Amino acid sequence: MIHVRGLARRFQTRRATVDAVRGVDLDVAAGEIVGFLGPNGAGKTTTLRMLTTLLEPSAGSAEVAGHDLRREPAAVRRRIGYVAQGGGCSPQGRVREELVLQARLHRLDRDRARRRVDELMDRFALGDLADRTTATLSGGQRRRLDLAIGLVHDPAVLFLDEPTAALDPQSRAHVWDHVRALNADHHATVFLTTHYLDEADALCDRVLVIDHGRIVAAGTPAELKRQVSGDVVEVAGPRLAALAEIAGRLRGARDVATTADSVRFRVPRGDTALPELMRALDQASVPLTSVQVHHPTLDDVFLAVTGRSLRDDAPEATRAA
Amino acid sequence: MPRDTLLVFRHTIGPVLRSPVTIVISMVHPVLYLVLFGPLLENLVRVPGATNSWQVFAPGILVQLALFTGGFAGFALLPDLRAGVVERMRVTPVSRTALLLGRVLRDVVVTMVQAVLLLAAAAVLGMRAPVAGLALGLLLAAVLSGALSAASYTMALSLPNEYQFAPVVQSLTLPLMLLSGVLLPMALAPDWLRVVSWFNPLSYAVDAERALFLGDYAATDVLVGVLVVVVVFGFTVVWGTRSYRRRNA
Ligand SMILES: Nc1ncnc2c1ncn2[C@@H]1O[C@H](COP(=O)(O)OP(=O)(O)O)[C@@H](O)[C@H]1O
Ligand SMILES: [Mg+2]
Repeated sequence: MIHVRGLARRFQTRRATVDAVRGVDLDVAAGEIVGFLGPNGAGKTTTLRMLTTLLEPSAGSAEVAGHDLRREPAAVRRRIGYVAQGGGCSPQGRVREELVLQARLHRLDRDRARRRVDELMDRFALGDLADRTTATLSGGQRRRLDLAIGLVHDPAVLFLDEPTAALDPQSRAHVWDHVRALNADHHATVFLTTHYLDEADALCDRVLVIDHGRIVAAGTPAELKRQVSGDVVEVAGPRLAALAEIAGRLRGARDVATTADSVRFRVPRGDTALPELMRALDQASVPLTSVQVHHPTLDDVFLAVTGRSLRDDAPEATRAA
Repeated sequence: MPRDTLLVFRHTIGPVLRSPVTIVISMVHPVLYLVLFGPLLENLVRVPGATNSWQVFAPGILVQLALFTGGFAGFALLPDLRAGVVERMRVTPVSRTALLLGRVLRDVVVTMVQAVLLLAAAAVLGMRAPVAGLALGLLLAAVLSGALSAASYTMALSLPNEYQFAPVVQSLTLPLMLLSGVLLPMALAPDWLRVVSWFNPLSYAVDAERALFLGDYAATDVLVGVLVVVVVFGFTVVWGTRSYRRRNA
């Protein structure tokens, strides 16, 4: 559905040259939900704006929904839906009017536009808001309207730029449900960007990690996490030195580190290492007061490939979630 | 394309229809000139062929109206640019020309409503002019306001940020107005000023409007004015369409 080779974009401002996207290759198959994960400024929006015909690439080629991005932008536009990071409803527009307008802009005749809009208002629970001015909607309501607008013409590929940024947890969950349903019931291909780890993890079949305009890792969330090689086990007890020594003798144990009140180490699989650890501690009569297993997160993946943590710039809401 | 233009037109005229007062608000400037400045000319200017000074002054104010309503049209695009409406529409199959012309059409319609009100006010103040001349004058003003609104949208789309729009538009409209002989005929100007005004397309529009209001339909001024306005319109529409098509920021 999407095939991209060497896509790049350079911005020339008066003060500086910014290489926002530096040669991105990617392929998205029909029916996939693929997430573009990266911190702010990584080049996610820029890539999306190129793929949606809004921005001319400086280099590279792309085929979107079966059409060449450079040669047939109009054909691409017919087959894609785009929901920008900040949405796109007119502040003075009314909910139903906005939807009808979008349907008509996509060449649906009056009757089909009306039926389609009824259907979407129903699906996105916008029925009670039909005559409201979009400026008066809550964040979650706005986002549902944005999604409905992007879907009006039943696009083959849907591009979502940070679909749940700045939403409350409940609205986020709703958006996720809608995206999943869209993909399951309508076989839509979804390409979304996010800087939320949990979103990439929960929603995407495949994740592309982007940093400084380059894709630095790609795979299913499970594959990516496996790359970080193993779980972290953290144990505590009164005799830390003995704990550390025994932990170090476990099969596959690495990176043993002692902190002020615990010992941390890495094993390929935490669930099978624990019984072995218990037995060894028992035999040596080393007491244990607590044990925790941390499975790797996409943040560990990000840390491993970039040397930085993605959480450093995540807003409070994600940390809590 | 006509269908797309109408869609965009209906979308952008919506807010105007919901609060028609906005039509009156944006014509305050020309009305003030008409009411507070026009009467001063009654005893000052004697134009051959004119029964009174209003026949000379009102056409100028009509051009001024087209200049302000058309030239400031881009202000309405700024909130839509900010809200992402423009990008949202650019990711539809709608022709780029329709995206521009739909909005231009709205400004032309608004200008025409204002122009009729303005001419009615002028008539109350004492203007007398042939009906055919008034109708042709309105038509020319319509095309002129379309050209200016297309230029205004182009600027709104091209400037790197929205805060530059107001200063740029203001610093363009005022000299355009003063150098067109809107308030007083350029015949009163010293040579250098008159030469500068030759480079202002609005001068030709004003001359044509004055000839039309005097019923002088076959005058060279009319032909030249119509040509200039039509060419400028074509140029600004092509320019505006290109800035809708351009994908660079
Ligand atoms: N129009 C532009 N002009 C100049 N620089 C830009 C422009 N758009 C984006 N950038 C720069 O490109 C980089 C990538 O931005 P963006 O694609 O918006 O990142 P993301 O969406 O991942 O947060 C940033 O450094 C940003 O400042
Ligand atoms: Mg972004």
